[in-house]
Amino acid sequence: MSVSQLQGTLDAGKFAVTAEIGPPRSCEVDKLRQMARLLKGSAHAFNLTDNQAANVRMSSIASSVICLQEGLEPVMQMTCRDRNRIAMQSDVIGASALGIRNVLCISGDHQVFGNHPQAKNVYDLDSIQELMVLRNLTKGNNWSGETLPEPPQLYLGAAVNPFADPFEFRVTRLGKKVDAGAQFVQTQCVLDVERFKKFMGLVVEKELHEKVHIIAGVIPLRSHKAALFMKNKVAGMSVPDELVDRLRRSSDPKEEGIRMCVEMMNELSSIKGVHGVHITAIAWEDIIPRLVEEAGIRP
Amino acid sequence: MIIAERKPLPEVLGMLDGSNEILVLGCRSCTAICLAGGEKESRALSEALALHSELKGKGWKVDTLTVERACEKEFLTPLNGFKGTVVSMACGVGAQVVQDHGPEAMVVPGVNTSNMGAPEGMGVFVEKCAGCGDCIIHLTAGICPIARCAKSLLNGPCGGSQNGLCEVSKETPCAWDQIIRSLERSGRLDLLNVNIPPKDWRASRNGGPRRVVNQEALPGAAQNGWRGEP
Repeated sequence: MSVSQLQGTLDAGKFAVTAEIGPPRSCEVDKLRQMARLLKGSAHAFNLTDNQAANVRMSSIASSVICLQEGLEPVMQMTCRDRNRIAMQSDVIGASALGIRNVLCISGDHQVFGNHPQAKNVYDLDSIQELMVLRNLTKGNNWSGETLPEPPQLYLGAAVNPFADPFEFRVTRLGKKVDAGAQFVQTQCVLDVERFKKFMGLVVEKELHEKVHIIAGVIPLRSHKAALFMKNKVAGMSVPDELVDRLRRSSDPKEEGIRMCVEMMNELSSIKGVHGVHITAIAWEDIIPRLVEEAGIRP
Repeated sequence: MIIAERKPLPEVLGMLDGSNEILVLGCRSCTAICLAGGEKESRALSEALALHSELKGKGWKVDTLTVERACEKEFLTPLNGFKGTVVSMACGVGAQVVQDHGPEAMVVPGVNTSNMGAPEGMGVFVEKCAGCGDCIIHLTAGICPIARCAKSLLNGPCGGSQNGLCEVSKETPCAWDQIIRSLERSGRLDLLNVNIPPKDWRASRNGGPRRVVNQEALPGAAQNGWRGEP
């Protein structure tokens, strides 16, 4: 039985498309609704980030509900940075009650990267323990062992970064997340496809792709400067020099970036064990419909 | 040991308005080892305060004294009856024991108490233990992820670990990278496959100030037993 369209798509063996929406900084509901209308139909589900990069934004729950109202299926992200186990369980029960089904369990960006570096972080749980606790909720118990008359219905996801170190442990960690309850995972944006293939080779060797749906991340880059930023400033990213050069040499880097992203999605879809793509187009979300159209993966 | 660092002089001066008699109290234990509040540092601060008083006409009577361990009241008898301002160069524990011992004195902190750590090189001190009250370093190659991972993760490194470094600071090694490499060397990588469940933080700070009672050390019949004496 599937609790969400995303689960239904993946469990049916179809190629899934998810895309990221960064909630607005304030109560810009119209802006979010407009974005939702623009993106509707371009993906099976849409991730609503949870104070991404540790910057204060509209909550992922509220923005997920607004997307639901617009007919989009949300993937609500929930970090361990800002909530203890009490708040997490409470928020997830509330989210499920409001119709949210997909929840992505993540550690969260450290607060020093955001606009409130003075904040105290929580980390009562880590992302694996978050999965354990939320899976327990779906089975009808809160973490203290009490029985829930009406458990939340959830499709649980996690993040995977094949480009962080130590490399070999990244597959072990995926296995741990599967054991903890992850039903699907979304990866860090793939720009270094060779390393990703190596990672997927190990995943397939361990048969993890048969236990969890793996959605590979992609990002359209507008310029070689954007690529260099990813390479030098974003922790846990691998950006090959050829890719930077290709954008630098191009007379129309934006078009080149779109082409490269489409090529990447096509390449990823042919890798064994990849069950979908996740598009992160930061401050360029309006390009998503064109990307899925050109890649021929529009749901 | 407890790691502390000296407060900047202007900050200390800002706490001394209205003082007459000032005692800079050093400690020969932890804060002396980390070069923040031992005899030498206390003497230096005392001299700076005396000079400031002279230049600004404050009329302070400044003295200094360094005790063996400010966190045990047995060492604080030289302070008996002192009614002035104590600038504590001991850690936060010492400062509070001093205040408790001499309620008529006003204790102000001369250092910022940072953590439980160890010297890592000349003048460099690094946190090692978070005092969570439930030690599990037998599972993590003798490296504490609660204290040494920026997110206190218990099940491996987050996606920000790169080239052995933590994303939070280029000067901080990723604790989980160290744990994995150490487990690899000792052939115990299998430990990583087991998920560590949510921690019981009741033994940590979350239950309010902790009270540890060593039954064997309580006065009574068993008093000598724990010392291995008949």
